[in-house]
Amino acid sequence: MEDKSKFVFVAAIFLALALYPLMAGSYGIDLITKIMIYAILVLGLELLVGTTGLVCFGQAAFFGIGAYAAVIFSPQYDSPSIIWLLPLCILAAALYALFVGALSLRTKGVYFIMVTLAFAQMAYYIVHDTPIGGGTDGIYLYVKPVLGSLIDLDKSLVLYGFTLACLILTFGFLGLLLRSRFGRALAGIKTNEQRMRATGFSTYPYKLAAFVISGGIAGLAGFLFAVKDGFVNPEMMSWHLSGALLVMIILGGLGSLRGALIGAFAFALLQEFFKSDAIFGGFAKYWHLGLGATIIISVALLPRGLIGVPALFRGKLTGTRGSPDIDGKGA
Amino acid sequence: MDFNIFLIQSLNALQYGLLLFLIASGLTLIFGIMNVINLAHGSFYMIGAYMAFGLAPLIESTFGGGFFMTMLAGIALAVVLGYLLEWAFFSYLYDRDHLQQVLMTYGLILIFEEIRSLLIGDDVHGVQIPAFLSGAIPLGDLMTYPIYRLFISAVCIALAIAMYVVLNRTRLGMMIRAGSTNREMVQSLGINITMLYRVVFAAGVAIAAFAGMVAAPVSSVYPGMGNSVLIICFVVVVIGGIGSIKGALVAALLIGIVDTFGKVVFPQAAGVLVYLLMAIILLWKPNGLFKAG
Repeated sequence: MEDKSKFVFVAAIFLALALYPLMAGSYGIDLITKIMIYAILVLGLELLVGTTGLVCFGQAAFFGIGAYAAVIFSPQYDSPSIIWLLPLCILAAALYALFVGALSLRTKGVYFIMVTLAFAQMAYYIVHDTPIGGGTDGIYLYVKPVLGSLIDLDKSLVLYGFTLACLILTFGFLGLLLRSRFGRALAGIKTNEQRMRATGFSTYPYKLAAFVISGGIAGLAGFLFAVKDGFVNPEMMSWHLSGALLVMIILGGLGSLRGALIGAFAFALLQEFFKSDAIFGGFAKYWHLGLGATIIISVALLPRGLIGVPALFRGKLTGTRGSPDIDGKGA
Repeated sequence: MDFNIFLIQSLNALQYGLLLFLIASGLTLIFGIMNVINLAHGSFYMIGAYMAFGLAPLIESTFGGGFFMTMLAGIALAVVLGYLLEWAFFSYLYDRDHLQQVLMTYGLILIFEEIRSLLIGDDVHGVQIPAFLSGAIPLGDLMTYPIYRLFISAVCIALAIAMYVVLNRTRLGMMIRAGSTNREMVQSLGINITMLYRVVFAAGVAIAAFAGMVAAPVSSVYPGMGNSVLIICFVVVVIGGIGSIKGALVAALLIGIVDTFGKVVFPQAAGVLVYLLMAIILLWKPNGLFKAG
């Protein structure tokens, strides 16, 4: 019963996203494409933060590397093919993730957060201060990638569809991964790493694999973002993005892919809502105020994030305080 | 590099490091003792700097001016702000998960920045150095060094000593240290730990705001100044070992030296060096240089 409602919920979201272009203008298409890219990023991060309990504060670096790879490896005047460019971007991000993960997984807790931040900041300053990636100005992607004559990512509708497909594939892939033995092992590491070791799991390779997969997914998101905007700059790697991604995950609710999905959409749509001139008029300039207040209120009222809202209501109706299994997982 | 330039850069490194220490010490106290990750700490620094800018004319018209008068008023306001914030927001965060704290304090950053934008606007403002500190002392034949920067260093050293004495040599410091080890035990010994934490938090806010006020004439005040200092302060706290004041001092000086000389010697790679330093130190000592407790 529970599983079925979860499935229906996710299917409804994807269906709504698939039907959205029928009624949306170009601004809406562009916005939702952007949010879907963030959703892919957040899903990848969820594998680390929510599932394995590794808080990575450097996801923007992998995202940026994927994006830079998309631009740097593209021929200048020719359309690159998605077939080789996309895997290359994912590979570039995953390789950096392998390097960062191999070193930073030696530390724990807050120190892990800070080491991942350190490596992300190094990547940021390397693109920012050296001419490799065009310095602070960034570089332009003049010709968008194609797949034969079938898919041309220059058209915003095609890009929308392609991004949606990537989002669904990422969601499906992670969903299967979490159900597999590998995913169970990651959940075990989050709950009690000592005990996992005692039962004979060498936890380090599992954590490293999760880190690399997460980095690769960020690389995919980076590729999509570079194609969408047609240019890349160092700000894509700044810690502000890494921080915002964590905020999205926590806002949505840790420990489930749906939470990550909801968090990405909620955060971006709240931002759009408070920025809108139509609703707030001249006050829309100060949109941070509304966003900040909403975040604080949601922390105060929803300790489990937006995903916990139905449980909260159910608890009100039946007089129990939500389902205890979510509490048992810890956060 | 000739000797005078080296001397000037060393003084700059010292001044930057000490200022970092001042901001980071409050962060490491709040983090180490109360176990709260406070992203809004950079905002307190920003608030301090804007107070130095905004309060000075007010103080001038009512009390006839005075640098120290402005400082005192700023510190008093910061203590009140810290006290209220702890009461309204942070006291609910002690039992929560670190990530919930991150989320709430992120929300606070957004609000502080926007209030700043509403009250003062988004322009960059300079802050005047008080007249009696505005000169420069000669170094060698050609170069001079501004007195105000020496003043900053001196103030930071004085505060560092004061903090050390309070934490390690007084009864209050003993209670604070005990509270960080075992909250319930201290409470059951009849010490009002809630009040104690509120005081520590207010002190942390006041120290950060004070650092902002002292730094304002050198750095000028600008939007986002809190965020730029926040991350580097976390770097200091983590390199030093969470909760360790001594560690924060060593780490801050280390970063001051690496950053200042990095900009002179390798201007291309100056940004990377600080983070490279952190990565190396944490891979070598995964709990920072001086882990507290």
